[in-house]
Amino acid sequence: MDREGGNREKFWLEARVRRQLKDFLLDVELETGRGCLGILGPSGCGKSMTLKSIAGIAAPESGRIVLEGRQGRRVLYDSASRVNMRPQARGVGYLFQNYALFPNMTVEENIGAGLKARRLSGEEIRRRTGEMAERFGLTGLEKRYPAQLSGGQQQRTALARIMAYQPEAVLLDEPFSAMDAHLRERLRLELLELLRDYEGVSVLVTHDRDEAYQLCSRLVFMDQGRILAACPTKELFLNPGTCRAARMTGCKNISRIERLGEYRIRALDWGGLELAVSRPVSGDVTAAGIRAHDLLPLSGEEAAALKGRPEANLVPVGRPKVSEMPFEWYVTLENGLWWKREKSIHMHAAGDVLPEYLRIPPEAVMLLRGE
Amino acid sequence: MRTASLSILITFFLGIFAAWGVMSIKNRLWRFVWDGILTLPLVLPPTVAGFFLLYIFGVKRPVGQFFLDYFSVKIAFSWGATVIAAVTMSFPLMYRSARGAFEQVDPDLLAAARTLGMGEWTIFWKVLLANSIPGVAGGGILAFARGLGEFGATSMIAGNIAGRTRTLPMAVYSEVAAGNMDTAFVYVAVIAAVAFLCILLMNAAAWRAGGGIHG
Repeated sequence: MDREGGNREKFWLEARVRRQLKDFLLDVELETGRGCLGILGPSGCGKSMTLKSIAGIAAPESGRIVLEGRQGRRVLYDSASRVNMRPQARGVGYLFQNYALFPNMTVEENIGAGLKARRLSGEEIRRRTGEMAERFGLTGLEKRYPAQLSGGQQQRTALARIMAYQPEAVLLDEPFSAMDAHLRERLRLELLELLRDYEGVSVLVTHDRDEAYQLCSRLVFMDQGRILAACPTKELFLNPGTCRAARMTGCKNISRIERLGEYRIRALDWGGLELAVSRPVSGDVTAAGIRAHDLLPLSGEEAAALKGRPEANLVPVGRPKVSEMPFEWYVTLENGLWWKREKSIHMHAAGDVLPEYLRIPPEAVMLLRGE
Repeated sequence: MRTASLSILITFFLGIFAAWGVMSIKNRLWRFVWDGILTLPLVLPPTVAGFFLLYIFGVKRPVGQFFLDYFSVKIAFSWGATVIAAVTMSFPLMYRSARGAFEQVDPDLLAAARTLGMGEWTIFWKVLLANSIPGVAGGGILAFARGLGEFGATSMIAGNIAGRTRTLPMAVYSEVAAGNMDTAFVYVAVIAAVAFLCILLMNAAAWRAGGGIHG
C-alpha cells in the first residue's frame, strides 16, 4: 500500500486468447504492466470474453496467460502445456457490469466474502472489512443489503470487495454502463483515483471513448475479435491509423482519398477538396479523417490573406445545415464535412455561428488505412 | 407420515445435489441424458416405477440379494421399501424444482464468488442455495406431498402389510375396501390437513420470493 515504497514489485500481464465465437474468431494478444490498459470496442466484439478468460471464468480454446506479481511469475493458462488454473487460485479481481453483489449478504459480508475463503481470523476479517468500508465511503451502510443501496454505493461495495481480496490484477467490465450520466461522471473520477493508487495490473473494457481516454494510459482497439491498434491513449487519438479506429475515437469526418503528391491529397467524399497535409502520404493510405472540432473559422479578410498559398486548405461555408446542441453547434457543410463549434455565451442565434470560410490545418488531417 | 418425513429428508439432499451435479455437466448431450434419467419416475406410471424398483431390490435380484447376503436385510416388502418408493417418486419433483431455482441465480454471482477465491462447496451453500431458497423450499414441499401420497410404487415394492408397510394412502384404501368408513375418514382428514398445510407453506415461500427477503 505504500505508494512511495522503494521495492515495488514488478507487475506484468501477458495474454493470448483464441476462441471460436459465434460469428468470428476471437484472437487477441495483450500485454500490460502497471497502469490501466483499456480495451475499446463495439458491443459483441469479444472484449468481455477476453477479460473472462483472463479471470478464468470462461475458457479459451487455446492461448497462454501469464501474470507476474507479488507471487512471482505464474502461468494462469497455457493450452500447450495444459495448464488451466482455477479462478480461485488466480488472484484476479473482476468487476462485473452489474457488480454481482451477493443479494443474500450484507455490505459487510460481501466485502468479507473473499477474505473468509482465505481462512483469516474473524478479527482480521472485521478489521480489513472496516478499513475497506471506510476507504470506499460505505461507513454506516455495513448492515444493508445490496438491494437497499444506490447504484453508486453498489459499485463501491463491489470495488471494496475486490480490493479487500488484494488481487494482483483487476479487470473492469463496462463498469459504468448501468448508470445514469450524472452519476457516471462522478464515479469515473473516483475510479480514476483508485486506479492511480493501485499497484497491480488493471484492464478496463468499454465501448465509451471518453471513459477510455480518461481512465486508461494505454489503449487497444478491438473489433470482430481482433486487435486493430494498440498504443498509448493520447497517441491513438492523435493518429488512429485506420478508419475503424478513427471512427471508434469519435472522428466524424472520414473521406476516401486520391494521392496527389507527397504532402497533397484529394478528398473524394468532400466534393474533391484538395488538401495539404503535414505528414508524408505513403502508398497504403486510403482515407483521411478530420475531427469536427479541428476546423478553424475564418472571416473573409483572413481567408483572402491565405488564398493561393498551397497549405491554405480553405473551405467556403456556403449554406450549411445547422443544428443546436446544449453546448455546441453542429454544422454540416454542403460537401458533407461536419464542424462542431463550442457555444460561447454571446452566441445564441445560428447566424452568429457561421463564418465565411473554414480552414483545415494540415496537421489536423489524419491519414488512415483500411475502409 | 413417518415414511414421508424420512423420505423428504433424503429426497431434499439427493435432489439439490443432483441438480447441482447436472448443472455442472459441461457436455450438453450428457446433461440431457442425465436430466432424462432423473426425471423418468415423474413421467412413468407409478406401478411401472415400482416394477423397476422391485426388479432392482427384489430378493432374487443382485442388489436385493447383496443386501440379504451381507447385511441380512430384506428390502422388498419392508418399511425401508416404503421409503425407497417414496424417495424415488418424489425425487424428480425436488430435482426439477431445485434445478429451476438454481438456474434463476445469476451466473455472474457464481463467477464473482470464484474470482474471490471462494471454494465450490462454500459457493454451493452460501451463494447458489442461499439465493434460491424460495424455489428450493417450494420444491421440497411439493416433493413431501408427493411422498405422502405415494401409492402405486409402494404397493408394488412394499405391499400393504398392516403395522409394517402400511402408509396413510394404503390405510385409506384398505379401510374403505373393508367397509370401515369411519376409520378411513380419520385417515382422510389427516391427509387433507397435511396437504392443505403444504399449500399454505408453498404460498408463503412464493410470497417471500416476491420481495420478502429484502424487507
